[in-house]
Amino acid sequence: MDQTRRNVLKAGGGASLFALLAAAGMLQPGTALAADRNQKAFEAKNLKDALDALGAGSPINSNDIVMTAPEIAENGAVVPIGAVSKVPGTESIAILIAKNPTALAASFDIPAGTEPAVSTRVKMAETSEVHVLVKAQGKYYMTKKEIKVTIGGCGG
Amino acid sequence: MGMAAACGLPLAQLSGRAQAQGAARIYDLPRFGNLHFLHFTDCHAQLLPILFREPNVNLGVADMAGRPPHLVGDALLRHFGIKPGTAEAYAFTFLDFEQAARTYGKVGGFAHLATLVKQLKASRPGALLLDGGDTWQGSATALWTKGQDMVDACKLLGVDIMTGHWDFTLGAERVKQIVDNDFKGRIDFIAQNIKTADFGDPVFPPYVIKSMNGVPVAIVGQAFPYMPIANPRYFVPDWNFGIQEQTMQRAVDEARAKGAQAVVLLSHNGMDVDLKLATRVRGIDAILGGHTHDGMPAPVIVNNAGGKTLVTNAGSNGKFLGVLDLEVKGGKVADFRYHLLPVFANLLAADTEMEALIRNARAPYEAKLGEQLALTEGLLYRRGNFNGTFDQLILEGLMAEKDAPIAFSPGFRWGTSLLPGEPILMEHLMDQTAITYPYTTVTEMSGEMIKIILEDVGDNLFNPDPYYQQGGDMVRVGGLRYSCDPNAKMGARISAMSLRGKLLEAAKTYKVAGWAPVSEAAKTAGGEPIWDLMARYLRGRKVIKPLQLELPRLKGMEGNAGMA
Repeated sequence: MDQTRRNVLKAGGGASLFALLAAAGMLQPGTALAADRNQKAFEAKNLKDALDALGAGSPINSNDIVMTAPEIAENGAVVPIGAVSKVPGTESIAILIAKNPTALAASFDIPAGTEPAVSTRVKMAETSEVHVLVKAQGKYYMTKKEIKVTIGGCGG
Repeated sequence: MGMAAACGLPLAQLSGRAQAQGAARIYDLPRFGNLHFLHFTDCHAQLLPILFREPNVNLGVADMAGRPPHLVGDALLRHFGIKPGTAEAYAFTFLDFEQAARTYGKVGGFAHLATLVKQLKASRPGALLLDGGDTWQGSATALWTKGQDMVDACKLLGVDIMTGHWDFTLGAERVKQIVDNDFKGRIDFIAQNIKTADFGDPVFPPYVIKSMNGVPVAIVGQAFPYMPIANPRYFVPDWNFGIQEQTMQRAVDEARAKGAQAVVLLSHNGMDVDLKLATRVRGIDAILGGHTHDGMPAPVIVNNAGGKTLVTNAGSNGKFLGVLDLEVKGGKVADFRYHLLPVFANLLAADTEMEALIRNARAPYEAKLGEQLALTEGLLYRRGNFNGTFDQLILEGLMAEKDAPIAFSPGFRWGTSLLPGEPILMEHLMDQTAITYPYTTVTEMSGEMIKIILEDVGDNLFNPDPYYQQGGDMVRVGGLRYSCDPNAKMGARISAMSLRGKLLEAAKTYKVAGWAPVSEAAKTAGGEPIWDLMARYLRGRKVIKPLQLELPRLKGMEGNAGMA
């Protein structure tokens, strides 16, 4: 376990960690600047309201969006979700969790010339369908997958 | 692959102990092809020969109904063309278990397995021995030596490659210690689906490429995808698991690009998951599978976009050794032979070197292992979707010792069997309970919570999509009666829950005894180990009468070939 990246980084420690990451090109100044946040969408209490607030209406189901997510969450508090859009002209990618108290978990703007690939970790209250919504050339596309949040035990 | 089906042992013609000498010939398998794999899985640390009764309830739902591995008893015999009443029928089914066990004797044991491995390796130059995991857990000595007895035995047996599941319940540090020291330069521990939780870096090599008889072959590892869910996450807090089809495909493609002419997946997914995976991932010639403890006499051949994939499952508790021969011609697999050989301890001489290793490993513990706790008048076994007599015994022990009207016991699939009239030794109790989180618990649960738990576990077993299953059996339930409709959706499978003739109330609380909690809070709380509680219960009873199984009323399962 000595060879893990975590330990290498720990050895770097504190402030120098950021210097290291920056030097390695892993952090770029300014990337954390938030664009205007669609507050209404982030506060919507269900999937439909969130889609409406995003202006997405009824998105088209698409196989050109690839979602990477576990079938069963190891920990509902940190569920890793990744999405890659092959829809030409992708402008934004959003992640929505139907059964969370607020459905919209994340929204990423994709500047022109950027590879539309994002990943994040989301908190899930219970088993739910997770949707990835892509906006491209003014149209909305979606794919979904059920992620189970279970109480565990009794396996094997 | 152009496949010529090949399976079936001459064993089917044998019956009775008079045939023992001739039966040894079942192990005379002529060599075929140029790639050879010997595979055992889920031995659960059983170093000595044991009895293991296969299930009479192993239901398949949705697309899995009526298909391997969800066949039991006569349905299994018919499907695979095995004659009833034979040694083979004894190995693969529960039929006439007591009688057959007295006729054909114990199965497995590393000393007998070692003899078979040596014999097959001698006829198959370059053969690799693959261990599918669940090797370092399941016995008292494995628990007390932190897996060391099994690690030493596997090295002597000549294991080449391993993946895992329960093995990780020794804790990440211990696993790394074994892999980085004991296994170094000897055994490759592989798992393409274990990554660090922070950066997603691989914890183990995803695959290895070996050259066998001049042919490069890749073996990809797939650990149990749901270990941190089915077992306590605190044992492996820094690792993520999961099925991870995309990285699996990448590993297969990469191995092919490096020149592998055949790709074999050593999997701990469970057979239903492997059958689905085989339809979706391209380029795997064969999956040597485990986890669900399905002793399947022949592979299922699955079509996919890349060709065909053989899916096998090699049973549990050391009962079987899988033998896969592949013929690689013109850079790809052209044909195969597969046999799942039962390891009959009466037909295979014990290997003296292995026998000595086992004797030495057990020596410090013999007195403790040999303590007689009680005598059983009925057959004791565990395996089955809803209950087994050994679990019934544990439920009754829990309810009595904890003075609780309801008890839960986990749906583990390991654990050996005992015949009527046999003593229950401490060793046998440990065969059912030897885990690193043995705490017993008493919890005040609302009726609503009890329903949620039964639904949750039921969905782990009966979700129509195998990727959402965890591969254990249903939680065993004592005291509480309920109905179960496996075909229903989650939330609607469990109904009519009642206690002493009265329906459970959602808001009322009930005292529930249990063991093997997965939460860290339960570890902190402690709780008497289940083996201490059960040893006390058994000593107090001395004789255990035949037990009546508590089973749910099943709906919609009439005619299912997974029930007899």
